[in-house]
Amino acid sequence: MSDSTGAAPLPTPLHDAHVALGARMVPFAGYAMPVQYPAGILAEHTWTREHAGLFDVSHMGQAFLVGPDHATTAKTLEALVPAAIVELAPGRQRYSQLLAPDGGILDDLMVSRPTDAPDGWLFLVVNAACKDADYAHIAAHLPASVSLRPLDDRALLALQGPEAEAVMVALGAPVADMKFMDAAPMTLLGSEVHVSRSGYTGEDGFEISVPADAAARLWDALLADVRVKPIGLGARDSLRLEGGLCLYGHDIDVTTSPVEAALEWSIQKRRRVEGGFPGAARIQAELANGPARRRVGLTFEGRQPAREGAEIADRQGRIVGRVTSGGFGPTLQAPVAMGYVEAALAAPGTELDVLVRGKPLPARVASLPFVPAGFRR
Amino acid sequence: MKLYTKDHEWVVIDGDTATFGITDHAQSQLGDIVFVEVPEVGRELDKGGEAAVVESVKAASEVYAPVAGEVIAANTRLADDPGLVNLEPESGGWFAKLKVSAGADTSELMDEAAYRAFVASL
Repeated sequence: MSDSTGAAPLPTPLHDAHVALGARMVPFAGYAMPVQYPAGILAEHTWTREHAGLFDVSHMGQAFLVGPDHATTAKTLEALVPAAIVELAPGRQRYSQLLAPDGGILDDLMVSRPTDAPDGWLFLVVNAACKDADYAHIAAHLPASVSLRPLDDRALLALQGPEAEAVMVALGAPVADMKFMDAAPMTLLGSEVHVSRSGYTGEDGFEISVPADAAARLWDALLADVRVKPIGLGARDSLRLEGGLCLYGHDIDVTTSPVEAALEWSIQKRRRVEGGFPGAARIQAELANGPARRRVGLTFEGRQPAREGAEIADRQGRIVGRVTSGGFGPTLQAPVAMGYVEAALAAPGTELDVLVRGKPLPARVASLPFVPAGFRR
Repeated sequence: MKLYTKDHEWVVIDGDTATFGITDHAQSQLGDIVFVEVPEVGRELDKGGEAAVVESVKAASEVYAPVAGEVIAANTRLADDPGLVNLEPESGGWFAKLKVSAGADTSELMDEAAYRAFVASL
C-alpha cells in the first residue's frame, strides 16, 4: 500500500487496534487510517449521532507554540491568523485559519491556551496533510523569543456524540463542568492528557491528546463502554458535512478567504477593526462590502448525491459555482452538499441546479449546519 | 449460468434475456449504497459501455453492461431501496434486463470459479 507521495503510510499508535477491529485501512495524508469498521459508514454515522463514536485522529498535527509570556506568543500567532488570541482565556480554545498574504487559507487550526503549561504556551492542532507546511510557515515567522515544538509522541482521540460526556465521567474524567471549546489538563487512567470539549461532527464531544504509549490503553478503555463504538474516516466525513464544517483542501484552500468561506464568525471584532493579519485589506473589504462568492449549503429534491467538483447553475443554466463537498447525509436520509456560489445567489431558499453527469439536479440553498449542532454551550 | 466481469458485474443469460447487477464483492467494497441510477427501458447498451451508476456514502461508481443489448426492464425497487444492492446483490438487487441477440459475446466473461480466483488475486 502506498499513498500518492509514494512513501509507505505511517501507522498511528492505534494501528494494531484498528486492524484487530477489522477496519478497512486506507492511506490518508501519509498515514494508514481506518476508513470504516465492519459496521459500515451508515451505522457508524448514526451511532455517533445517537450514542458516542470513538475516532483515531492521531494523524493530525499537535504542537506547542512557546514564548516568554502570553502576550508575546499570542501576538506572534495573531500575525498569522485572523482570530483574537491575546484575549483567549486560560482553558479556552478557538478555531482559526493560517492565512496567505492574499488572505487565502493555508490551513485551519484549533488554538488553545493550556492551564497547566507555563504562561506563554499555546497548543495548536492542525490538519495532517498540511502539518509539515504549516510548521515550516509558522517557524519562518517567529521572533527569536518564540519557538514551535511539534509533538510527535502524542496520539489524538475524539469521542463524539450525546453520550460522550457520560462515558468520560464513567472513566473518571472531570469533564461535566466543561463547556464547548473549553480545554483542560487531567489525569485519565494514570496518564496526563489534554482534553478539549470540541470536535468535528457537529455533536457534543471531546478531543483527547494522550501520550502515544498510553493511547491504546485509553482507546480500549473507552471502547469497553457499551455506549462507544469505533468510527472511521468515512463517517467522520459524512458527520462533518451534515454539521456544515469545512474540510481543508476541499471546502477551503489557498483560493478561498475566510469571508468567502462564511467563517467570519471566527474573526473577532478587534481583529476586524485592527487588521494586522495576512490579507487583512482584502478580508476587511469583504467584511464591509460582501465577498464576490460565498460558501453555502445545498439540499436536493431527490436521493441522488452531488459530489465534489459538480458545477452549480442558476435556473437559466448559467454556471454560478461549484460543489466542494457533497454526499448522502445519513441522518437527514437525503443528499447534502456545500459549495461556492455567486454572492447574489447565496440566500437560503435560492433555487439552483447542480449538474451531475450532464443532468441538472434541482437544488436549494440551505442554512448551515444541515443537522442542528449538539454543542454544550 | 452466471458469468462475471473483471469490473465486478454479474450476468445471467436465459434464452435471449440477460439479467445483470453488481457482485457481492463489489457491494462489500462500495459499502452502504445510497443511490442507484438504472438504465431506461429501450436504451441500447454496448458491451462494456456505461449502463448504470451506483453511489455509496463515499463515492459514485459506474456500472458497465456485461453484454450488449436493449434494456427491456429495470429494477425500479432500487430507487426507493438502494440498500437492496447491499443485502441481495446477486438476486433482488439486480439492475436491469437486456434483450440479447443469439450468440452474444461472452468471451471475456468468467465463470464463478474463475471470478473467485480473480477476486482472490486482487
